[in-house]
Amino acid sequence: MKKEWPLWEVFVRSKNGLEHRHFGSLHAADADMALVNARDVYTRRSEGVSIWVVESKHIKASNPEHNGELFEPAQDKVYRHPTFYDLPDEIKHM
Amino acid sequence: MSEAQIKSLEEEFEARIARNEKIEPKDWMPEKYRKTHIRQMSQHAHSEIVGMLPEGNWITRAPSLRRKVALLAKVQDEAGHGLYLYSATETLGVSRDELFEQLHTGKAKYSSIFNYPTVTWADMGAIGWLVDGAAIINQVPLCGASYGPYARAMVRVCKEESFHQRQGYELILTLAKGTPEQKEMAQDALNRFWWPALMMFGPRDDDSPNTEQSMKWKLKRKTNDELRQQFIDQTVPQAELIGLTIPDPDLKWNEDKGGYDSGKINWDEFWQVVKGHGPCNKKRMNTRVAAWENGQWVRDAAIAHREKQEQRKMNKTA
Repeated sequence: MKKEWPLWEVFVRSKNGLEHRHFGSLHAADADMALVNARDVYTRRSEGVSIWVVESKHIKASNPEHNGELFEPAQDKVYRHPTFYDLPDEIKHM
Repeated sequence: MSEAQIKSLEEEFEARIARNEKIEPKDWMPEKYRKTHIRQMSQHAHSEIVGMLPEGNWITRAPSLRRKVALLAKVQDEAGHGLYLYSATETLGVSRDELFEQLHTGKAKYSSIFNYPTVTWADMGAIGWLVDGAAIINQVPLCGASYGPYARAMVRVCKEESFHQRQGYELILTLAKGTPEQKEMAQDALNRFWWPALMMFGPRDDDSPNTEQSMKWKLKRKTNDELRQQFIDQTVPQAELIGLTIPDPDLKWNEDKGGYDSGKINWDEFWQVVKGHGPCNKKRMNTRVAAWENGQWVRDAAIAHREKQEQRKMNKTA
């Protein structure tokens, strides 16, 4: 038969209060196996309290070649930052 | 793309690396960068996987439960390190099956150290102490490699590696402090693994044509000879402390350079083993290929199970 097991991306929450973070990827036949494998590959030393796995093919990633169109428009919008606004020196905490 | 366009992309690329920017999988990269990284990273992954074999040999014969759980955990880490590195390599557009194919057909190499036999229990100590010690020296600088997925995998590997070396040193130190027979066993393991461990840093700088390019790409941060010297200087006092003798009659402290002078490495032996004529090359590959082939039905069954589950789900919703 010779079918390669699909690739999965693994996200781990290292402790409650923190978000899941991308840890790496692995191969597994299905989602249950991907979870079990993720536990063995990425949390051998209590690195996490929760794991998400998602098949890599379901991730749509932006293309770095389009970073200009995608991210540059934010650069000339300084008015989105608090330091853009002039306030009197007497105002200490705002 | 025209040649001029590629040239300007290449210049921009080299400049990014020089500025310490990381390269990520979807970024443009020169074909040579991609190929060199696939080669080095997969070679590294293969070394972790084949590296399990000489130690696996001793798991069932570990002398105590303490030693056995430690060795098991170490071998499991090596499987993990292989997996981190394989998936990092796959981000460069090569499949896991292709990588295995390259290993199994001998097209890809792995570290020659694993082509030496592990004939006594003391070898488990020598491997942890010397082989993992050398590996750490090789690997720590790679945490700063320019290719993001490789650098991230290496950070994880390095964090886990220090337990490997410590358990090895503890093991050999226990033997060195034991009965005369045990001490002899420890010395014998050191005698057999010392020179192959020095060879792990690769050929002399004069015979290492790729070093310059690899330094530029931060695939290497120090030359082979510099790393080898660092290993010798670090290891000699560790041997002295436990009363073992480094098997090199020419080894001598050199006050001027602040390091040890050492004897000549047998490079003929090095190249023989690299070319496949080491004591265990065939055995290692046969074991590895058999494990892969005998596991085929398991991989097939798991896929069949998935397909059946999906079919069942579809039938239910239909």
